[in-house]
Amino acid sequence: MTIVTFVKHVPDAEARLGRGPDGLDLGGASFALDGMDEYGVEQALRLREAGAASEVVALALGPARSEEALRSALALGADRAVLLETDAALDPIAQAPALAEVVREAGAKLVLVGGKQADWDSAALGPALAEALGWPLLDWATELAVEGDGIVAVHDVDDGSARWAAPLPAVVTAQQGLNEPRYPTLPNIMKAKRKPLERRPLAAASATVETIHVERPAHARRNVVLDGDVATAARELARRLRDEAKVL
Amino acid sequence: MVLIVLDHAAGTPRRTAFEGVRAGRRLAEALGVPLAGLVLGDADGAAAAATALAAFVPTVYRAADPALAAGGHEARTRAIVDVARSVGARVVLMAASRSGQAVAPRVALRFGGALLEDVTDVRVEAGAIVAERLTYLSRAVATVRALAEPVVVSVKPGAFAAAEASAAMGAVEDVTIAFEESDRVAQVEPAGRAARDRVALEEADVVVCGGRGLGDADAFEAHVVGLADDLGAAVASTRAVVDAGWRPYAEQVGQTGKSVAPKLYVGLGLSGAVQHLSGMNRSGVIVAVNKDPDAPIFKVADYGVVGDVREVVPALRAALAALD
Ligand SMILES: Cc1cc2nc3c(=O)[nH]c(=O)nc-3n(C[C@H](O)[C@H](O)[C@H](O)COP(=O)(O)OP(=O)(O)OC[C@H]3O[C@@H](n4cnc5c(N)ncnc54)[C@H](O)[C@@H]3O)c2cc1C
Ligand SMILES: Nc1ncnc2c1ncn2[C@@H]1O[C@H](COP(=O)(O)O)[C@@H](O)[C@H]1O
Repeated sequence: MTIVTFVKHVPDAEARLGRGPDGLDLGGASFALDGMDEYGVEQALRLREAGAASEVVALALGPARSEEALRSALALGADRAVLLETDAALDPIAQAPALAEVVREAGAKLVLVGGKQADWDSAALGPALAEALGWPLLDWATELAVEGDGIVAVHDVDDGSARWAAPLPAVVTAQQGLNEPRYPTLPNIMKAKRKPLERRPLAAASATVETIHVERPAHARRNVVLDGDVATAARELARRLRDEAKVL
Repeated sequence: MVLIVLDHAAGTPRRTAFEGVRAGRRLAEALGVPLAGLVLGDADGAAAAATALAAFVPTVYRAADPALAAGGHEARTRAIVDVARSVGARVVLMAASRSGQAVAPRVALRFGGALLEDVTDVRVEAGAIVAERLTYLSRAVATVRALAEPVVVSVKPGAFAAAEASAAMGAVEDVTIAFEESDRVAQVEPAGRAARDRVALEEADVVVCGGRGLGDADAFEAHVVGLADDLGAAVASTRAVVDAGWRPYAEQVGQTGKSVAPKLYVGLGLSGAVQHLSGMNRSGVIVAVNKDPDAPIFKVADYGVVGDVREVVPALRAALAALD
């Protein structure tokens, strides 16, 4: 079985986001493989190591720099990579059909996608991909196993967690708690340079949503640290919450 | 038509249903189209919820099927798309709950429209539907416009105030959904759902959140739950606490948990990691207690106390009780 694992090249979680003339300025930010996607890559590798899969394909859609995220996935252990290259800011609804095409072509039975991408803060790609493929979706998995012709998983729902089972093929979204991702080793980083990475231009896709403006709002915070011994600080805090902030 | 999917828990409308009504009324008025609600569930749940919600919208469509009560995304998608098509909806609106976030993209793609996801505001500008949403781990706000119709909008829980009931009682209409075999594919067995015995996290005016700095589950109970009880607040946790098994996932706030924006957020013994901040940085007033003066949470706090939570919280509870 082939597993496709989606990866995205996003601003580092700790990156400083600047304010530019057009709102947000990402000029100074470093980019990395999305934290949530790491859990998907890790799970795909574990399934392959357990004998449930024979091949792990890393798939990305985005600008040329996304190749770095694919190289990271290859260094972690993915077998090959595909980049659908585009500079267009496409929403997940517009991206899903093109990604589904690659999944079908690879003959994959399982697709793993990070639960929420850290650039657009979108949780839509996994569900949209499931729809484009006509497959069931298991979102926000914290446990995932392949059993026979299906998958069994535990996932988070609004009021807690639930156990879920479905036949393959299926789309699963990954998140923190699913596993503990490994670090790439130096020999694997070297090996990754020789693994196949196929770059294709994304065939025409039209966005269904357009961004008009992005802004970094300044949250005006008081930043008051209350001094003194514990009892004094606590009294001052209680007083200020009532009289200054008026929230009690 | 603007069609709102109205969520309920076993027949009792969720607060997000009333928030959806407020957003939906605004869009229907601006577009000059009628407003209707859609209730999904098993026979009893859908019946009770539809009756309760008819006081808020002119028409409630009621789809009852056991598959809809189990909450499978596939069955819900089928029902929403079927009804939206048959009523010719221009806008389909739902809560960006866990389930809504999984269903909305499927509906948008099957229906052939655009998705405005997890929006904090939505309005009509020059005939187009425009929304605001948080991006880059909630550190930026984007204004976006739908380029295709119909438009599926998922609304961030808590972003809109709950709507008031309408002057007139609406009508309830039953609809039958033509499910396909593939819609029932997902088998759902609930496992370990959290008990809801206090004010819900997304609805609370005050949230008290505890982190790994509490040390253990007993200290969390004593200090975080204790202070929350004094304040009539909801209890929240960081991922570290959930992973340690001290508290249930349903209480987690952050990128992989819930997003909250209470009037007052009190963070106890938590560092303020970016992933946590992304779930609470829109809070009104932020209080932090941490023994490390350099903890990142102090950068976003209005009031901070540097000290051991196990000493500061009892002192704070005493000070709050002594306020006249
Ligand atoms: C993809 C991804 C998604 C994530 N999603 C989330 C999420 O949704 N929510 C979330 O919370 N995290 C999330 N995380 C994890 C996040 O990065 C942090 O690891 C987590 O928030 C840390 O929790 P914490 O603050 O409780 O623990 P720590 O970071 O360990 O902080 C504990 C703090 O307590 C202080 N402390 C210790 N003892 C005391 C004491 N006696 N008195 C006072 N202070 C004390 C310490 O100084 C420290 O600052 C995610 C991570 C990733 C990679
Ligand atoms: N309107 C949009 N809808 C969905 N995703 C978007 C949108 N705009 C930008 N993005 C995502 O955000 C990333 C950075 O976009 P940008 O900063 O606008 O170039 C892109 O790779 C997209 O994944």
